Amino acid sequence: MRTKSSVKSTLENYLFILPAVAIFAIFYIYPFYETFNLGLRAWDGVSPVKEFVGLSNFKELFLYDQFWWPSMWHAGYITLIALTLQNALALSLALACDRAIRLGKFYRLVFFIPPVLSEVVVGLVWKWIFEPNYGLLNHWLVVLGLDQLVRSWLSSPQTALTCVAIIHSWKGFGWGFIILLAGLQTIDRQLYEAARVDGANSWQRFWHVTIPLMIPVFVLVSILTILGTMQAFVLVLTMTGGSPSLGCSVPVTRILGSMRASLRFGYACAQGIIFGIILLIVSFIQIRVSRKMKQA
Amino acid sequence: MRNLYYILIVSIIVGMWGCSQGPTTKADVIIWHWMTDRKPAFNDLAKKYKEETGVSVEFKLFAPSEIYSQKVRAATQAGTLPDIFGVLGEKKDFAIFVKAGHILNLSDEMQANNGEWKDRFFSKALIVNEFKRGNEYNAPPGIYGVPIDVMNIQMLYNKDLFKKAGLDPENPPDDFEEFIAAGIKLKEVGIQGLVSGWAEVWMIDCLASNFAFNLMGERKIMSTYKGEVPYTDPDWIRVFSLFKEMADKDILARGIVSMNNKDAEQNFANQRAAFAFNGSWCVNVYKGMNPDLNYDVMFVPKVDRGNQMLIWGGAGSSFMVNARSENKEKAVEFLKWLTGGPQQAYLAEATNNLPANRESLSQISPILSKFAQSMEYTTHPNIWPVHEKSQVIETFDLGIQSIILGTKTPQQVAQEVRQVKEREMDKERQRTLSRN
Repeated sequence: MRTKSSVKSTLENYLFILPAVAIFAIFYIYPFYETFNLGLRAWDGVSPVKEFVGLSNFKELFLYDQFWWPSMWHAGYITLIALTLQNALALSLALACDRAIRLGKFYRLVFFIPPVLSEVVVGLVWKWIFEPNYGLLNHWLVVLGLDQLVRSWLSSPQTALTCVAIIHSWKGFGWGFIILLAGLQTIDRQLYEAARVDGANSWQRFWHVTIPLMIPVFVLVSILTILGTMQAFVLVLTMTGGSPSLGCSVPVTRILGSMRASLRFGYACAQGIIFGIILLIVSFIQIRVSRKMKQA
Repeated sequence: MRNLYYILIVSIIVGMWGCSQGPTTKADVIIWHWMTDRKPAFNDLAKKYKEETGVSVEFKLFAPSEIYSQKVRAATQAGTLPDIFGVLGEKKDFAIFVKAGHILNLSDEMQANNGEWKDRFFSKALIVNEFKRGNEYNAPPGIYGVPIDVMNIQMLYNKDLFKKAGLDPENPPDDFEEFIAAGIKLKEVGIQGLVSGWAEVWMIDCLASNFAFNLMGERKIMSTYKGEVPYTDPDWIRVFSLFKEMADKDILARGIVSMNNKDAEQNFANQRAAFAFNGSWCVNVYKGMNPDLNYDVMFVPKVDRGNQMLIWGGAGSSFMVNARSENKEKAVEFLKWLTGGPQQAYLAEATNNLPANRESLSQISPILSKFAQSMEYTTHPNIWPVHEKSQVIETFDLGIQSIILGTKTPQQVAQEVRQVKEREMDKERQRTLSRN
């Protein structure tokens, strides 16, 4: 039986979590509700009238939007490069810095410089390097006698997306490096010693000690990579303008295009919701797969 | 415990009080704009106006233009629009603001004293700011904006590079064939032909529209927008083919499809390309980038002798008065003063833009004069009686990019645009039916 004081105590507890609940409701639940609500309407962003159109925005997105699904594929391609190239680079550098090497702290600092640089600045600098007329890359290719490789790197559908993906990986590998290095440093050194005593070589120690213990960290890094890369757009915009004809559009540039160029805020909200759901599904699948891997 | 309650309540009140306090300012009239290059000139004029009238005016710059647009849209929702602001975008954007009651109808002010204010302006500059009775946006008729400058988009050519290629710098190409021939000659001596910011697809749309007006005339273009002529019509395929011809003859600058206009301007100013497709605002830009650039203006090369080639132009930048402003009378008075002869002449001189006030034309530079001479041949989507759907425009412009990149043929693009057009027409029909 509840006494008066226990009810009071419960109310007090609720009162203390009220600010957090209010902030969550105001900044997360309400915007999500509004986005979903707008996804069911035709709205230009200014008019007081928001015409209810049911699921027609979603229907158009799934059945008729010829640029949306290619943009998902483009983001997927950049993510694939990030998951492989970027994280492989991050892991190998983290393994190197985990050992007692000379200037280890200096390297840690250097590897973390690209992530802290402004994405717009990085995009513009690399755009200048890739510039077909006076860019550094083509200049050096000519100097080295590799004239046949000179091309308009960011103006060709064959190379533009790959260039963006590589620069994205260069820009982002520092985050993975720091997290993976932190993970490596939590592994008890005695386990390596024990494996060495049992006759394990360095590859076997890596495969049977490091990898299993690092799985939770790999999962974290890959989820962060997927979520971060699928939503990347600043580099895409600054380097290529995000043009679908160049094969460089990504979902966020399409959402921006719907809002800014076409003034279809309702449609943009529908795109945002579908994009969010896809990211959620990908994250759930990844968590389940990693759990199974861990159990195995 | 009781003290904790008091602290919590006081914190909430203080927090809410803090949130409710907007930025305070002492100026009588606040103006939001996006024109970075005009900031010092605007500030000088505001100072002069204060000296003359005692009314303080503050120009607040929000750049780049995308940020400005977002800020204005957010302000409409929050009810924090300034006394004077500009609307960037197409006429439909403008109509949305008018219909939502954010913009003051200036028709009476313009017509007062036998139309003294209205008569100052180029008619084409004013028409962009006007909604006629029965307009397709259902906006209430009236004049809603005050043009502060005018512009048009033409071709520029580099006289020094022309000489280098053995071309006559005083006789630029007049038609498309001559243009292609000049481009080939330039290429032979290692000079790139045309540069433009075609990553910004509206610029592709602009040149395509120039060609279309010349090839088929306004009536057929409007019939296409109404859905009466398909995009697979031979004239439209010819428009697409002109871009293919330029790409095939290699007279377009390398990387043109991913080039924004600022980069294109840099390429032309640094003499890396002989032709540029750009607006009259470029005079100021080139002056800043390369004051010694020896260039001139030429009309867009004609592709047909049948119809008049029309170029895009009209009001460059316009200001609107917030209909809900408490200071709207002061705002209107300031705009009247700003568009007066001396102020317009000062703006033209300081910013190298074409003045909206016709009487100030005598004081502009020779190159701007050449731009001004073509004002009578200008048109603009904002004054057309019918407008194309944004999805169709996007497919059209991106299709031209694909043609330039060689990934699609003119026929393929025409077919794709036609399909999107038919789908959009169907959607509109269904929507009309469901409303009825």
